[in-house]
Amino acid sequence: MAFDYDKWVRPGKLPHIWCPGCGHGIVMKGLIRAIDTLKLEKENTAIVSGIGCASRLPGYMDCCTLHTAHGRAAAFATGVKMAKPEMNVILVGGDGDGTAIGGNHFIHACRRNIDMTYIIMNNYIYGMTGGQFSPCTPTGHKASTTPYGNPDPGFDIAKLAIGAGATFVARGTAFHANQIDKLIAEAIQHKGFSVVEILDDCPTTYGRRNKFKSVIEMMNRLKEVAVPVKAAEKMSAEQLQGKVLTGVLYKEEKSDYTSEYAKVIERAQAGK
Amino acid sequence: MSKKVAFLQGNEAAAQGALYAGCNFFGGYPITPSTEVAEVMSAELPKIGGKFIQMEDEIGAMAAILGASLAGSKVMTSTSGPGLSLKQELIGYGCIAEIPCVIYNVMRGGPSTGMPTGPSQSDVMCAKWGTHGDHPAICLTPASVQETYEEVIRAFNLAEKYRTPVMVMPDEIVAHMRERIVFPETGEIEVTPRKTPTVPPEQYKPYDTSFGDVPPLAAFGSGYKFHVTGLNKMQDGFPTTKAEVVQAEEERQVRKVDANIDDIVTFEEYQLDDAEVVVVAYGSTSRSARYAVNAAREQGIKAGMFRIKTFWPFPDKQIKALAAKVKGFIVPEMNLGMCALEIERNAQGKAPILGIFRVDGEPINPDQILEKIKEVK
Repeated sequence: MAFDYDKWVRPGKLPHIWCPGCGHGIVMKGLIRAIDTLKLEKENTAIVSGIGCASRLPGYMDCCTLHTAHGRAAAFATGVKMAKPEMNVILVGGDGDGTAIGGNHFIHACRRNIDMTYIIMNNYIYGMTGGQFSPCTPTGHKASTTPYGNPDPGFDIAKLAIGAGATFVARGTAFHANQIDKLIAEAIQHKGFSVVEILDDCPTTYGRRNKFKSVIEMMNRLKEVAVPVKAAEKMSAEQLQGKVLTGVLYKEEKSDYTSEYAKVIERAQAGK
Repeated sequence: MSKKVAFLQGNEAAAQGALYAGCNFFGGYPITPSTEVAEVMSAELPKIGGKFIQMEDEIGAMAAILGASLAGSKVMTSTSGPGLSLKQELIGYGCIAEIPCVIYNVMRGGPSTGMPTGPSQSDVMCAKWGTHGDHPAICLTPASVQETYEEVIRAFNLAEKYRTPVMVMPDEIVAHMRERIVFPETGEIEVTPRKTPTVPPEQYKPYDTSFGDVPPLAAFGSGYKFHVTGLNKMQDGFPTTKAEVVQAEEERQVRKVDANIDDIVTFEEYQLDDAEVVVVAYGSTSRSARYAVNAAREQGIKAGMFRIKTFWPFPDKQIKALAAKVKGFIVPEMNLGMCALEIERNAQGKAPILGIFRVDGEPINPDQILEKIKEVK
C-alpha cells in the first residue's frame, strides 16, 4: 500500500509554491515519513522556519508551525523548546537563511546542544529572491549577483555544525530520497542538537545559470558527487576529490541544553 | 501586617515587577545600562521553575521571547538603544503575528553606541516608528523606582489584553537610581491572564475576529495546532495577498490599541487647575519639572505639570484640551525635541512651545526649567 502522506499535510494548503524540479518536496516527503515512523504527535510537534522557498514548508504541515523572520528560526525555536522542553522541535530552511543571515543563531544552537533537529535544504542559492549567491554557492559559479563567477569560497555546513558543537550531523541529497527519512528520523531521536543537510537543487535560479540542461542533469550530479561515509573509508584522497560525504557524519552523546537548564532550576531551588 | 519595603534600583524593580506579573521566561543579551534586569532574572526565574536564557545577540533574545510566548509563557527582554535598534525587526513580527511580550528598554545616549552610561530620552520615537510598516505601539515611561515596578506589571497586563508587544522605557537615571519601594501584597495589583481559546482545537483560528479585535491565543503544545507567520495573514493564520483581507487585518491590528486609548493612556496632572504655563515632562525629567513648578508657584507664577506616563499612544486629547487654555508649554527632554513635536502636533498653533533639549548626558535641572517658565508671557 502506498504511504499516506496526506495525513500529515494540512488540508487545503496544497499545491505548494515550489517550482517543478525543485527538491524541497522530496525533503518534505522524507520528513513526513520520518515523523510518521517515529509516531510523533502533531499537537506536540513544532516545525519552525525562517524565510525563503524551503522555509515555506511548515505551512504545509499539519502541526504547530511557525514561519519566523529571515534567519531567525533557530532563535525562535530555542524559545519554544526552552518554554516547552517536552515538545519535538524541528527547524527547516535553506542555506542562505541558515548560514548567512541566520548564521549566528545557527552556530549558537549547535553550541548549546539544544534538543532540536535542523533540516537545511542546501540548493546553493537564494531561490526566492531570484538566484543571488549564498554562502554555499561554490567558488566560480554564477548567480544573479555574481555574473562573472562567484569570488567567495563556500561554507561546508556539516563541518560548520560539527565545529560549532552540534552532536549529530548528517548529510543526504534530494536524489537519495529513500535515505532522507532515515537520516531525519535518526536526527530527531538523537538527544541534542542535530543537523541534517540535504543537498538540493534549484533548477530555476541556479541550474540555468550554471549550464545544467535539465533537472535530471542536476539530480545526476547529486548522485555522482555523493559518497557514503562507509564507502569513503576505502577511497583515496584522489578518488574523493570533488566528492561529498553522505550519511551520518558525526554523532556524540552529550547532555543537552534543556536537561542542563533543569539542573540550573534544581540548584536554584536548593539554594546552591 | 506591614508591607515589604526595599531600597532598590529601577532595573531591579523592573525585574521584581515582571515576577509579580507572572513572567516565567526572560531572553536577554548584555547591554549597559539595563543588564541588571537580566542578572536579577537569571537568579530569580529558576527558583520558581521559570526560564532565563542569554542569547547570542539582541535579535536572538527577541526571537526567543516570541517563541516562548507562543508556547504559552509570559515573557520579557531588556535592552538599551543599540539593542532596541536590533530588536526592531522582530518587534514588528510581534506586532503582525500578535504575540504578547514586554520589551524593557533603558534610554541611553545615541545614536549608535552614543553614551552607554549617560541618560537620554531619545528612544521615544523609536518605540513607535522603529520597526517598518503600520503597527500598534504602546510605550510606558516611568519616573521612579516604584513606578517602574508598577508599570512593568501594567505592561504585562496590556501585552496580554491587547496581544501585542509593549515597551517600558525608563531613562538611565530612573533605571539606575535607588529609591524606597513598597511591594504590593499578592493579589493587590490585578494581573491580566492571557485570553485563550474556548473553542475546540479543530475550530480554532489564531486571528478569529468573531471574538473581537483581540482574538484568543492558544499555546503551542496545549493541544491546539496552528500556523504563525510574519506575512500578512488571514484569520486562520495563513498568508494572503488578498487586498481586502490585508487592509482589514492591518487596520484591526492598529485599531485594537487606537480604539482603547482611554484604557491605555495614563498621565499625572500636577497643579494644572489654574495653570497658565504647563510643563510637559516624562521620566526623570518630570522630577526636575515638579521642583521647578513648585518654585515658580512660590514666585507667583501659575505653573503646572502634565506628566506623561504613557508615551504611546500619545495623550493627544489631553494636550489638545490644555493647548486651548494655557499661555504656553515648556517641554524639557533629554533629546533634541521629540516630545515637543508631538505637543506641537496637538497644540495646532494655539499655544507656543518652549523646549529645553539636552543631549549631553546630563540631566535637566530645575533651574533651567524655571527660567523657561519665566519666559512665557
